[in-house]
Amino acid sequence: MTATNSEATLPAQGIEAPRSGRIDPKYLRSNPSKGAFEMWAWLFMRISGAALVILIFVHLWTNLMVGDGIHQIDFAFVAGKWANPVWQFWDLTMLWLAMLHGTNGMRTIINDYAEKDSTRLALKSILYLAAAVIIILGTLVIFTFEPCLVDESGALLEYAPSFCETVVN
Amino acid sequence: MTQTKSTPGGRGTLYKGREGMWSWVGHRITGVGIFFFLLVHVLDTSLVRVSPEAYNAVIGAYKHPIMILGEIGLVGAIVFHAFNGLRIILVDFWKQGTRYHRQMLWAVLILWLVTMVAFSVRHLMIFFEGWEGF
Repeated sequence: MTATNSEATLPAQGIEAPRSGRIDPKYLRSNPSKGAFEMWAWLFMRISGAALVILIFVHLWTNLMVGDGIHQIDFAFVAGKWANPVWQFWDLTMLWLAMLHGTNGMRTIINDYAEKDSTRLALKSILYLAAAVIIILGTLVIFTFEPCLVDESGALLEYAPSFCETVVN
Repeated sequence: MTQTKSTPGGRGTLYKGREGMWSWVGHRITGVGIFFFLLVHVLDTSLVRVSPEAYNAVIGAYKHPIMILGEIGLVGAIVFHAFNGLRIILVDFWKQGTRYHRQMLWAVLILWLVTMVAFSVRHLMIFFEGWEGF
């Protein structure tokens, strides 16, 4: 991405940026004050992207490529993983980075293709609401999850992971 | 970055219709697809908080043969987005990045193919080993 075609000048040389002043401001995609935000968004996409490559590749490896792969995934498998704080932190980081990375990508696409201000506002409102709901929901699930569920009599439910037997007894 | 000056009888531009544009198109399409899967995936995982039965029932859908193919497609999208994303980082931050962006796209595609052959073989082997039929 190039810098915005704003009224910006290069102060040191006193030279105007190319095309500065020749474009009606209403056709500019953003105003100069948004420049810093877009720069941080650009940088975030690169940093979070590199982190997500590692986070997601390991996620796919441990869940699909080792053990019984796709067949092993059930309640007990998730419970077994989240009994370890490392995997809780891993999944939490993955959730937040992936959602922020994906939401920013969708924001870019909306800005590119939705031409009317009202359409952009509507689409971005839905996007941000959905992102907030998913991030909060996912975070709560990771931290309020109870792996060793028991029935009224205090007996372990049959779906509980095996390590629960040593915890309850 | 882009040059729109057309050459007589030539390809027209350095960007449009060439490797740079197609990698950009691929990155967008895979990105959108992965985003919508992510929304669904957080929701299905959240069922562990509802009940073990609810989670096991829904996650069982991922073990259907059609979904196994869907997972190969999903991982294909993720692996392309990941490798091409690393290429974008190199284009932006590596001094020689813009000079070698086309060669790096071919490297991305070759690495994608190798990764996907390995993933698909392993995923299908595991699937058929434990499959109990329809």
